Amino acid sequence: MSKHHVTTTINGEETEFLCETQETLLDVLRNTLNLTGSKEGCASGDCGACSVIADGTLVCSCLMLGVEAEGKTITTVEGIADGETLHPVQRQFLEHAALQCGFCTPGFIVATKALLDANPDPTEEEARYWLAGNLCRCTGYDKIIRAVMDAAAEMRGEARAA
Amino acid sequence: MPSLNYAAPTSVQEAVALLAGAAGLAKPMAGGTDLLVQLRSGRLKPELIVDTKQIPGMIGIREEAGGFVIGGATSGAMLEAHAALKAAWPGVVEAMDLIGSEQIQGRASLAGNLCNASPAADSVPAMIAAAAVAVIVGPKGERTVPVESIVVSPGRTSLARDEFILAIRLPPRPAHSGDAYLRFIPRTEMDIAVVGCGVNVTLDAAGVCTAARVSVGAVAPTPLLVAEAGAALVGHTLDEATLAKLDAAARAACKPISDKRGTIEYRIKVAGVLARRAAAIAFERAAGRVAKGH
Amino acid sequence: MNYIIPQSELKVVGTRPVRPDGVDKVTGRATFGADMTLAGMIWGKMLRSPHAHARIVAIDTSRALALPGVRAVVTAADFPDIASEEAFVGEGPMNFRDLSRNCLARDKVLYEGHAVAAVAAASQSVAEAALDLIDVTYEVLPHVIDVEAAMAAGAPILHEDMFTVGIEPKPTKPSNIAKRVAFAKGDAEAGFREADVIVEGRYTTQPVHQAYIEPHACLAQVAADGQAHIYSSTQGQFMVRAYCAKVLGWEIADIRSYPMEIGGGFGGKTLVYLEPVALALARKAGRPVKMVMTREEVFRASGPTSGAVIEVKIGARRDGSIVAAREVLKYQAGAFAGSPIGPGCMCGFAMYDLPNVDVVGYDVVSNRPKVAAYRAPGAPITSFAVESAMDDLARKLKIDPLALREMNGARDGSKTHYGVTHRDIGFLATLEAARSHPHYSAPLKPGQGRGVACGFWFNIGGESSGAVHVNEDGSISVVSGNPDIGGSRASMAMMAAEVLGVPIEHVRPIVGDTASIGFSHLTGGSRVTFATGMAVTQAAERVVDQLKQRAAQIWEIPAEAVEWKDGKAYPAGLNAGAFEPLSLAQIALKAGRTGGPISSEVTLNAQGAGPGFGCHICDVEVDSETGHVKILRYTAVQDVGKAIHPSYVEGQIQGGAAQGIGWALNEEYIYDKDGKMENAGFLDYRVPVASDLPLIEAVMVEVPNPRHPFGVRGVGEVPIVPPMAAVANAIRAATGLRMPDLPISPPKLRAALDAASGAKAA
Repeated sequence: MSKHHVTTTINGEETEFLCETQETLLDVLRNTLNLTGSKEGCASGDCGACSVIADGTLVCSCLMLGVEAEGKTITTVEGIADGETLHPVQRQFLEHAALQCGFCTPGFIVATKALLDANPDPTEEEARYWLAGNLCRCTGYDKIIRAVMDAAAEMRGEARAA
Repeated sequence: MPSLNYAAPTSVQEAVALLAGAAGLAKPMAGGTDLLVQLRSGRLKPELIVDTKQIPGMIGIREEAGGFVIGGATSGAMLEAHAALKAAWPGVVEAMDLIGSEQIQGRASLAGNLCNASPAADSVPAMIAAAAVAVIVGPKGERTVPVESIVVSPGRTSLARDEFILAIRLPPRPAHSGDAYLRFIPRTEMDIAVVGCGVNVTLDAAGVCTAARVSVGAVAPTPLLVAEAGAALVGHTLDEATLAKLDAAARAACKPISDKRGTIEYRIKVAGVLARRAAAIAFERAAGRVAKGH
Repeated sequence: MNYIIPQSELKVVGTRPVRPDGVDKVTGRATFGADMTLAGMIWGKMLRSPHAHARIVAIDTSRALALPGVRAVVTAADFPDIASEEAFVGEGPMNFRDLSRNCLARDKVLYEGHAVAAVAAASQSVAEAALDLIDVTYEVLPHVIDVEAAMAAGAPILHEDMFTVGIEPKPTKPSNIAKRVAFAKGDAEAGFREADVIVEGRYTTQPVHQAYIEPHACLAQVAADGQAHIYSSTQGQFMVRAYCAKVLGWEIADIRSYPMEIGGGFGGKTLVYLEPVALALARKAGRPVKMVMTREEVFRASGPTSGAVIEVKIGARRDGSIVAAREVLKYQAGAFAGSPIGPGCMCGFAMYDLPNVDVVGYDVVSNRPKVAAYRAPGAPITSFAVESAMDDLARKLKIDPLALREMNGARDGSKTHYGVTHRDIGFLATLEAARSHPHYSAPLKPGQGRGVACGFWFNIGGESSGAVHVNEDGSISVVSGNPDIGGSRASMAMMAAEVLGVPIEHVRPIVGDTASIGFSHLTGGSRVTFATGMAVTQAAERVVDQLKQRAAQIWEIPAEAVEWKDGKAYPAGLNAGAFEPLSLAQIALKAGRTGGPISSEVTLNAQGAGPGFGCHICDVEVDSETGHVKILRYTAVQDVGKAIHPSYVEGQIQGGAAQGIGWALNEEYIYDKDGKMENAGFLDYRVPVASDLPLIEAVMVEVPNPRHPFGVRGVGEVPIVPPMAAVANAIRAATGLRMPDLPISPPKLRAALDAASGAKAA
């Protein structure tokens, strides 16, 4: 079978690409479109490092075929900041030192943005369960959770929670 | 190298024709959260993937004749967001919600979880307890099958190769009904159930159980409907003696194996524990009290 | 110079600026191992053994080579068969012959997942298809997985040429016991005779994987003249260069090794798996070759740390003073010799001042992947046993467990059983901070329990290089040779900024490739902030000397008459003359006319790494019906010397504690009867997820290390040492049960609870 021709919107830009059926959206992002911010940690949906937002829904791009992106609107970690202005989630991750090696960070940034879009005022427990699909082996999650809670507060227009 | 084909038909007929016409293995795909993992690992080498999500009726939830019809590819996230469904069948929605991460919830579906035919599938015992029915489509049209008759052995269903599940139907809810699903996993998230248990009850005005269905998962080659466990509840309130009978009936139904996720002894014991705990939640819900699930 | 001064006098060190590489990492721009691409790049994949132990009878690659798109296939036959030679890599011994045979099996496969051949092809799917076309004929051999089974008479022998080292007379029969080591102080037998109370136990731990989220990855390019570039995810670019050269038989100067951003390592990326193979494929194919492991390959074929069996016995007088201690440790090495048995033998009792100690250890091979360093290699295993036994001892003596440790704790001048005398250590200060922390006295509910445990790590120094360059505009570049695995760019820049007296924003740290900076040992053993930080600090001091000298030249006064303060040159006192201060930027601008570029590179072999001590407090709640353990509260106290960037020090402590909690409760390797791993993925190899853990409070105690200019001690290793015993001791407190076998998984705990209630009923 010849390759599929896919037209989609990625980070606000209409994008076309060719892919084989078995190529996942993650394969396409990384190897075809050179959007390497989304990471492959497991390719089985267990680590969340490849998290993207597809039509408003948080998904693992390793568990979605590239061909399924046809007609969809995809946001990757590269599309979270507004140009050179960091998203509050990104800024809070930096200020809280909520990253060490930084490999899981793109997935956490995308998943946290999706969380706060859906639930602007999560409890710590809700944040932890929402982010349970994003593995981090460096931080013990402490500073990540603090960053998430403060990003939520900032986005609600409140003073820092801490 | 044999290449893998993909089709996204827009009608049931087209999908069935594609599945029937494939020379090699053809797999229907809803959310793909199991299929893509099997594809990647090489465990499954299909020739054709039939993406069913463009077919009318495959995505969405509608109320019908007092019950609910849930499209076969409707995601867990959509179930979670549906207030009426959640109010009527909190156990089913919770069971679905327990599968994988938030990211998985964005794609995974009840029908997909059922067709993956894992003995440990979380949503299946909850659906069995709820007396859910699968609407299956194929070349001969539509047929409906109780969920407990779908999985025949680990990884195998009673569906023909050219059939797929169009929808899951949940029955109307009598007054004073409640359901619950609990599973045990070593962590708090992201694991496959070591044991799962769904309980669905209807009470009379005095709080005495008039109907009950209990189902257990991960303790036999397929999820089981445990009639004796349901019978242990009928005619009783949730007193200690009833709970003990329920616990014993749930344990008696187990025919588990020891594997990387748990031992035979452990699974049997915990099946009884979860039956008691799930029943307590289902009774609370049936009585109109808010009970927290998992 | 020495900057061990009150925090109020420091301007940069001890503050919490945003890390210099942070924006790249939150926006997806940072380039990790698998993110590099070169023109003409093709893909490499590895064929791995399906057997735990087998002789390779034949490998036929002809069908694979015939597949369109396949550019090269390599096997061990493409590599020199190198002789046994020991290399020290910073965190453990490595034999080059074993390393070579681990990269590609020669003659025998020694574990399921052992690499056998590799393919390079135009696409990943073609490379995968080609693997199926390589025909390997195996003669399957009996295998052995567990450590004591491997030690038993009649066990299948992995290496016919392995004779146990360290026993007299020299054995004549091959054995899976690579080495026996022993340490003794005083007379343990006599000590036990003086004891009023003795505790004994047999403990087991399972191998656990570092489980960095980034799989191993590299990209190799080889020119026609043999000059090569290797880009990889590694803890040491110089290690990659040296190991590849050795395994391939090339000259070191022919390889330029570039460290990409590294997605976690924890010791697991202190050796090579893919790099030499990728270079060999690239040379054969004449094209750049990228190789990336799958998660499954990471689990099956890269190193976990050892599983072990430990017997421990401690005797004390009624007043709590320990009179004798004994330990026997059997550590799995995996398929090749080299478990961390040495540190294992040293670390368990290193925290205590003991008169009589007797420790014996065994390094044992079996049909598992070769172990690799994992955070404080060897120490967590031995400390799980010793700190559990200490808890039992405290109970028997009815002494508070922290008081027991304070009473016997190592202090300045304490001599360890391995011969080193502790100097300037902070163990007692750490214990005091733990004892006075509100957590230690907070109330508990029924069904809950609290445990404490301590941990020790030597920390290391070693060879490092650091360069500080003053740019034309007065901005600063700091170059080091150590991959930044958790914020070291920030700490290097901060130390340089402090010495130079400039704001951190003007200092940009760079991790150099092997051609851009002098040799540096890898990032590991908690050595970088100490050793590389020392090199960077000295380089910055030399730059200050040059800046003063240039100012003196401009002012035409002697260099001794110039003072450097807050990033400016001042005349030192009235006698020096009346000049307006010169800023760093002003001096930089005139550098061309005052002698040329201002910069300094310091290479050194840092000595005097100060050991670190930790004390963790853990509260748990046990669901007695399911055996599930919930971590309710966790506090980790540690002597950190001096925290350069406190947030990243806390992060190391929190991360190490979380890994230890995973080790305690759920992480393990599960093998089937054929020696095949059954849980090679994040689904069933259960690392802690966010909802498993509470906030982890990191308490930093700062007892400065006088042998570092800022007082730094390594901080990354210690925090993984105490958690297993802290959790087990908390479970002991909650349930009354001593759980000696890790992981303390729900089925195990429920079975133990049932056995205990059955025993009580009977």
